[in-house]
Amino acid sequence: MKVKVKFFAILRERAGAGEITKEIREGSTVAELWEALQRDYSKLAPVDMRLLYAVNQAYVKADYVLKERDEVVFVPPVSGGS
Amino acid sequence: MFRVTREAIDLQGLVDFVTDPEAGAIVTFIGTTRNNNEGRKVIALDYEAYPEMAEKELARLGEEAKKRWDIRRMAIVHRIGPVRITESSVIIAVSAAHRADAFEACRFAIEEIKKSVPIWKKELFEGGEVWIGTQSGQPLPGR
Repeated sequence: MKVKVKFFAILRERAGAGEITKEIREGSTVAELWEALQRDYSKLAPVDMRLLYAVNQAYVKADYVLKERDEVVFVPPVSGGS
Repeated sequence: MFRVTREAIDLQGLVDFVTDPEAGAIVTFIGTTRNNNEGRKVIALDYEAYPEMAEKELARLGEEAKKRWDIRRMAIVHRIGPVRITESSVIIAVSAAHRADAFEACRFAIEEIKKSVPIWKKELFEGGEVWIGTQSGQPLPGR
C-alpha cells in the first residue's frame, strides 16, 4: 500500500524533497516507515534530534499502524513563536 | 481565528476579532525578530510550517485555554517565510471579562506554541544559518 510522506524544515533539506509517496507493506507502523526512509534517504540518518510523528495532521505514537493513503509527517523539534 | 500566513500580521485585525461587549480586558502578545541570538548577529528568521496541522494545533490551544480560563475570544496568527528584525512573527489576542484570565491565557498560548505547533524557524545570521530546535520533552496533551 502507499502512503504520502511530507518533509519539513531540516528533514526537508536533508531528504532533498518536500513530499514523496512511499510503498510499504500492510501493517507497517509509523516507526517502521521511518526506518525504511532512513535507508532510502541516507542523509536522514542518523537522527540527532527527537522526532514526533503525525498522521493525517494529528500527533500519533510510534506504534501507530498506517493505512492506505495516510499522510505522514516526521516532526523535528518545533520552534515557532519568537 | 487561528491561522498561519505569509503576509505581515495585522494587530488591529486580531484586536477587532476578539473585541466583545462582555470583555473588560484585551491582552495581546507580539513576538518579534530580535537582532541577536546567542552572540550571533541575526539578519532574519525564516519560518516554515506544516500549515494544515499548525492551524489545527493553534485551534486546539485555543480550546484548551477556554477550558482553563474564563476568556471570551482568542486569536492567534503566525507568520511564515522570512521575518526581518523588528517585524512580528506571531500575534496573540485574548479577551476576557477580567484581566487576569486574559493575561494567563495569552501566556499559556505562546508557551504552548513553542512546544507543540508544527512550525520551525531557521535563523539567518551573519556568517550562516541554523534551524532552531527546542523540544520540551514533556508528553503532549491528549496522548
